[in-house]
Amino acid sequence: MTGFETGASAPSSTTGTPFLEARDLGVEFTTRSGASARALDGVHVSVQRGEILAIVGESGSGKTTLARTLIGLQAPSSGQVLLEGAPLSYSTRALRTLRSRVQMVLQDAAGSLNPRQTVYESVAEGIRLHRRVESDPDGRSEAELVAAALAEAGLRPPERLFLRYPHELSGGQKQRVLIAGALALRPELILADEPVSSLDASIRGEILALLLKLRSELGMGVVVVTHDLGLAWNIADRIAVMYLGRVVECGTTEEVLSHPRHPYTQALLSVVPEIDFLEPVVLTGEIPDPSRIPDGCRFHPRCPQLADGRAAAAGVDDHCRRTSLPVLPADGDHRVACHLDAATA
Amino acid sequence: MSGVRTEAEPVLELRDVTVTYGTSEGPLPAVRGVDLSVRPGEVVGLAGESGCGKSTLVGTVLRLQPSSATVTGEVLVLGEDVQTISWGRLRALRWAGASIVFQGALHSLNPVQRIGRQIAEPIEVHEPDLAKEVVERRVEELLEQVGLAASRKRAYPHQLSGGQRQRVMIAMALACRPQLIVADEPTTALDVMVQAQILDLLKDLVGDLGVGLLIISHDLSVLADICDRVTVMYAGRVVESGPADAVFTDPLHPYTQALSGAFPRIGDPAARYAPAGLKGDPPDPRELPPGCSFAPRCPLAVDECSAAEPPLVEVTPGRPVACIRVGAP
Repeated sequence: MTGFETGASAPSSTTGTPFLEARDLGVEFTTRSGASARALDGVHVSVQRGEILAIVGESGSGKTTLARTLIGLQAPSSGQVLLEGAPLSYSTRALRTLRSRVQMVLQDAAGSLNPRQTVYESVAEGIRLHRRVESDPDGRSEAELVAAALAEAGLRPPERLFLRYPHELSGGQKQRVLIAGALALRPELILADEPVSSLDASIRGEILALLLKLRSELGMGVVVVTHDLGLAWNIADRIAVMYLGRVVECGTTEEVLSHPRHPYTQALLSVVPEIDFLEPVVLTGEIPDPSRIPDGCRFHPRCPQLADGRAAAAGVDDHCRRTSLPVLPADGDHRVACHLDAATA
Repeated sequence: MSGVRTEAEPVLELRDVTVTYGTSEGPLPAVRGVDLSVRPGEVVGLAGESGCGKSTLVGTVLRLQPSSATVTGEVLVLGEDVQTISWGRLRALRWAGASIVFQGALHSLNPVQRIGRQIAEPIEVHEPDLAKEVVERRVEELLEQVGLAASRKRAYPHQLSGGQRQRVMIAMALACRPQLIVADEPTTALDVMVQAQILDLLKDLVGDLGVGLLIISHDLSVLADICDRVTVMYAGRVVESGPADAVFTDPLHPYTQALSGAFPRIGDPAARYAPAGLKGDPPDPRELPPGCSFAPRCPLAVDECSAAEPPLVEVTPGRPVACIRVGAP
């Protein structure tokens, strides 16, 4: 096993005005049958400069919708996205500014690169769009900026890759080209959707080490959207666990993963094959359709602690089924949306 | 697992199998001399990354390799050499002797056909004399066996979630009551919770039906969870094999060590802000490095490693490893 050079390990600050913040965010879609589906149903999250936040959840939890809304690809139906405390406006110009400061690295590197574009063209596209040559403090040319971004993403020597096409690259190299394209714009925050899920196990470490290195060397913050709790343990400062459009538990990585309090987080952790401190709890069924959010606690139909009578013993089973839970604030504390936890804490 | 009948004949036995693709740029050796066996009631894992030859190897089990591939060695399914038997025998063996659950359930199902029909198809082909109602009942039983309601037979693939589609794929694989099932990355695109559900299902089926199961995955931790034995491949060759727990918790080959360490133990302070893995990419099979194929990425490599390909040697009983550095000071 090889260790990677990742630089410092602590976030720069955890207080003050967050760099990017979602305040009571809601996103509603109308399905073809006319029913409305609440993909996000009240979400508070915030990320500081230089901080790495992991948004964890399964398919259907709303985590990708949250990422898309944070970068303005999706307008919220309610609530706000704030950049350095200022509400996002959805004008073309405001969005362009947002995206030069916050860059998204999409899931599926292979599908996100244009197969008919060389590596150089893929990386240069953003540089041209955001006029980075004109604004470069060191007066570098376009080719120099592309080369610098590729080198920062760990593709060295960069010139050798300029004329390559995506099909000539390995999966890890494609992921690096995507990251280079984002880096070229000198963003202050990178939003990465499942950055390593399509990569082989041995490559994954290198990409995660790269994200840590970008934070320590460039002060870049990262919001990583993933279902992979091991990834969160590897790189994240804080974690928000999502279930059916809501954050159900949040806190520092150590709090959430070493002392999980929400039954959903506990179940998710217990089925990770390497985990031996929890008995595996395999939940039945899957996350319900967001057009049919259950009453009370949205997790109650699958909750093992309601099913085995622990909730009833604490006298909260009625609440679990009927009383909805408040939206968790993003104040940095370890927070859990669970009636049983509230009754026994 | 407990149901392994060690005295029983293996349902799958690969003996020194090589697969070479003919390409416009010359021969491409994808699999280079692999031995492997699966007994009834046994779960065997095959671990390795993209391009290591594991999916090519799966193709040879039912002679599904493309015509550009040359296969040597023996591929014995229920004692018959699949690569040389007649088409008639091969047709009988496919589905009824051995079946494959392919990677990517979304793309392997026909999008415009109800799933009940798709499960019924292999049954009708193999047992044309069965009455329609009997086939219908078998389809319903199969769906229930994999944890779906019988009424779901009328669903189209797009109406099912990823996990449900994977269950349908498993029901299809069981349709003709095979003795060997090969599952190629059965949980790769699935969420952790659904992955756990599918692994539980596979475990139960092997226990109940006594079939042999070969599971292919790039995730060693998944294999360690469900398998009796695990074989690890790198660049077309076996680099290590042994009991699943031992290979995962006490890996001997440096490549296996990297695979085992790639997914951190959550709660381990040493893994905080310290992702582990390997530098570089697996080699291009056309331009294999001299000697040990893993040497260029290996943290333990010495000059000697590039001299000759290391043979697979039993370091301790039941633990063959292909590395000259294992056991060396």
